[in-house]
Amino acid sequence: MVGLTLRDVRKNYGDVQVIHGINLDIIDGEFVVFVGPSGCGKSTLLRMIAGLEDISSGTVCIGDVEMNDIAASKRGVSMVFQTYALYPHMTVYKNMAFGLKQANTPREEIEKRVQAAAEILQISEYLDRTPRNLSGGQRQRVAIGRAIVRDPSVFLFDEPLSNLDAALRVQTRKEIARLHERLKTTMIYVTHDQVEAMTLADKIVVLRDGRIAQVGSPIELYERPQNAFVAQFIGSPKMNFFSASDLTSGASSLLNRELSDDLQVGIRPEHLSITDSANAVVEGTLELVENLGEYALIHLRTASNVEFIAKAEKPPEVPKASTIKFGVKPPLAHFFDSNSGARSA
Amino acid sequence: MRKYFDNRRLGRIFIYTILALFAAYSLFPLYIMVITSFKTMAEIRGGGILLPPGTLNLESWTIAWSGSGECTQGVACTGMKGYFANTLLMVIPAVGISTLLGALNGYVLTKWRFRGSNLLFGMLLLGCFIPFQVILLPMAQVLGQLGLSGSLVGLTFVHVVYGLAFTSLFFRNYYITVPSELIQAARIDGAGFWRIFLRIILPISAPVFVVSVIWQFTQIWNDFLFGVVYSDSQSQPIMVALNNLVNTSTGVKRYNVDMAGALIAGLPTLIVYVIAGKFFVRGLTSGAVKG
Amino acid sequence: MFSLDRWDVAYTNLIKFSVCFIILCVLIGLFLAILLDQKIRVEGALRAMYLYPMALSFIVTGTVWKWILNPEFGVERIVQNLGFESFTFDWLVNPEMSIYTVVIAGIWQSSGFVMALFLAGLRGIDNQIIHAASIDGASLPTIYWRIIIPGLRPVFFSVLIILLHIAIKSFDLIIALNNAGPGYSSDVPATFMYTYSFSRGQIAIGSASATIMLMVIIAIVVPYLYSELRSEKHA
Repeated sequence: MVGLTLRDVRKNYGDVQVIHGINLDIIDGEFVVFVGPSGCGKSTLLRMIAGLEDISSGTVCIGDVEMNDIAASKRGVSMVFQTYALYPHMTVYKNMAFGLKQANTPREEIEKRVQAAAEILQISEYLDRTPRNLSGGQRQRVAIGRAIVRDPSVFLFDEPLSNLDAALRVQTRKEIARLHERLKTTMIYVTHDQVEAMTLADKIVVLRDGRIAQVGSPIELYERPQNAFVAQFIGSPKMNFFSASDLTSGASSLLNRELSDDLQVGIRPEHLSITDSANAVVEGTLELVENLGEYALIHLRTASNVEFIAKAEKPPEVPKASTIKFGVKPPLAHFFDSNSGARSA
Repeated sequence: MRKYFDNRRLGRIFIYTILALFAAYSLFPLYIMVITSFKTMAEIRGGGILLPPGTLNLESWTIAWSGSGECTQGVACTGMKGYFANTLLMVIPAVGISTLLGALNGYVLTKWRFRGSNLLFGMLLLGCFIPFQVILLPMAQVLGQLGLSGSLVGLTFVHVVYGLAFTSLFFRNYYITVPSELIQAARIDGAGFWRIFLRIILPISAPVFVVSVIWQFTQIWNDFLFGVVYSDSQSQPIMVALNNLVNTSTGVKRYNVDMAGALIAGLPTLIVYVIAGKFFVRGLTSGAVKG
Repeated sequence: MFSLDRWDVAYTNLIKFSVCFIILCVLIGLFLAILLDQKIRVEGALRAMYLYPMALSFIVTGTVWKWILNPEFGVERIVQNLGFESFTFDWLVNPEMSIYTVVIAGIWQSSGFVMALFLAGLRGIDNQIIHAASIDGASLPTIYWRIIIPGLRPVFFSVLIILLHIAIKSFDLIIALNNAGPGYSSDVPATFMYTYSFSRGQIAIGSASATIMLMVIIAIVVPYLYSELRSEKHA
């Protein structure tokens, strides 16, 4: 069993605390994604697991072994970096072999493992090149290859796709998913991109200001966000937020819920549908339509001057500045406490 | 349209003229040095300073290099060859040691930051600006206590210490551009402080090594002040010898020998400049212009 | 020390020398850099010619300029031979003017370097800004004066610091050129310190002058370094 256990993990830089007591259990073979806006501490947390940053307090266990005082190279982890971090003066082969050599692995064993990893990633023909002579996508494969040959119990990925262009990003994302299926090793993956998180993860950990905002499967986060932050972070375009006064007078009964100023109502753009006065929860004047062919994004503004977006299959056939009324199925509306942002039942 | 073209043309001519004039000003002393060194004293007294020599007269070069043989004391008699050797003996270890230590410093300052490493860096920068004169007296005491006064070893030591600020700065500025992720990857691969330095950092440092070596070589070769203060008559470096040769008060002034001596003293750095001028400029501008 | 007439001469000389040296170096260096930036065909060769003096020792520079400025054989005689019989150029042996010979030699050695710094700065300026300005209808001189030269401010700053630093350290050049003479007329603090510490054995006065030099350097350099380090942190 090589899962991970984090118990009350904290990190201080001098007087500044950047990680505020993280508790997390990761089971063997799970694909876990740390996601959050920049500066939320996700990379720091990953580096603490890797052994590249000291743990100020709390414990990190890999399997059943506490790792706090164990060197990075002895933790049985591999890491893939955002900038690939390939050794520029070494060939692809030597890059992949370096770690094994440090561990005094016999030469034939190194050869075997490097060839095997190169096979999986289809980089066998580049083994004699230096990183300089590779494209971004190829470099990323080499970096992953370097991680594979160590045969780690945990893979750590630090925003591995950020330096790739959009098309390559989708491609590599697919390959990482395939790799996980094939190796079934525990993987921890850091990203700020919620699409990567949603597509790759068995379990998503949303971080905010050094604290866990929510842990759950992608669909749980989408369907039952535990707070307004997660609600807005997961999903694109963002969830719309309304207070009671932004909604129609009939909204309370339509949503089957007592509305007050203490409550925020969240509705995803894809859950708003054009309807008549009797069923309208919210209405707004049309400001802009972005037609993407497959669907249209309708930008509106309520009488109380709150902007919101609706996603529809087709653009509405009314002129600008007309008023459009929207309804929502009651289970698809989310309620959050206005002050704490916590989900309200 | 035509007028515009003419103006433009005139402007180009103007620009090229100015540039050529300044090039002439820049080359003029070198020209004077070379032609004077090949003249006889009679030619020098007789003809203009600008005129090329009638024949290539190598006598002054011989005298400057191995002495006139007319006397036995001082550079005017023994020539500069002994001092040239002195300087080589000092330059090679001084450049090597200060560059290696600078690389190590730069590595620590950028990749193994510790509390106060920024302050240390600030002090190193300040060290680059400290005038030689300020450290003359304290350094003389240190050398005295180490028993290295008036020796080549002592002089080498001074150059290593003074040069360290510069070499550390070069390497620090280079290593700051090396992503820290590279070090982290190596740590996960199981390499420690020294192994990362030897196997990862040093192999990618070739460009900055060239800059540092050239800078240090030029500085140390061209040094006069440390040489004149910290050496005795046996261990004088070449610039001190040249100055003594030129400012010797005994006998007739031999300008052709002075010029040959100046060329001998200047040639090594000039050759380095011609071969590796690009790196030389990079060293000079390092830190002076961002990026 | 402050009561010594020689110290007065030394620091007045340093001021004279620094001001002339820095202003002329900056003007010449900037001017050459701008000219060289006009897509000059033989730029590489010209740059090499301007810059090579920087590779030479001040002692070598001093030796050759001493010869060129020599009243008996040098520039004076060239001009006289051209027919201007009464022309005199005796700065090297004229106590009033001797410090300016140091300026001439110093400029010869350093202006190429200043040019290189400015040229690097010019090349670093975003071409799009220049294109934008020319679309706005600015003429080339205006572009330089209003857009480019103000954009070189950090380079100016570095150049000033470096030149000032060279000026204060300039010791070898003066020794080789005229040995701080005639008399002590071209003394600067650096030679003053040396003379008192090592030729005259008055180490106390030597130390005092060294301390003053250090304090002046620190007063100039520390704020500069502070701003550099700060800006690096923000970058």
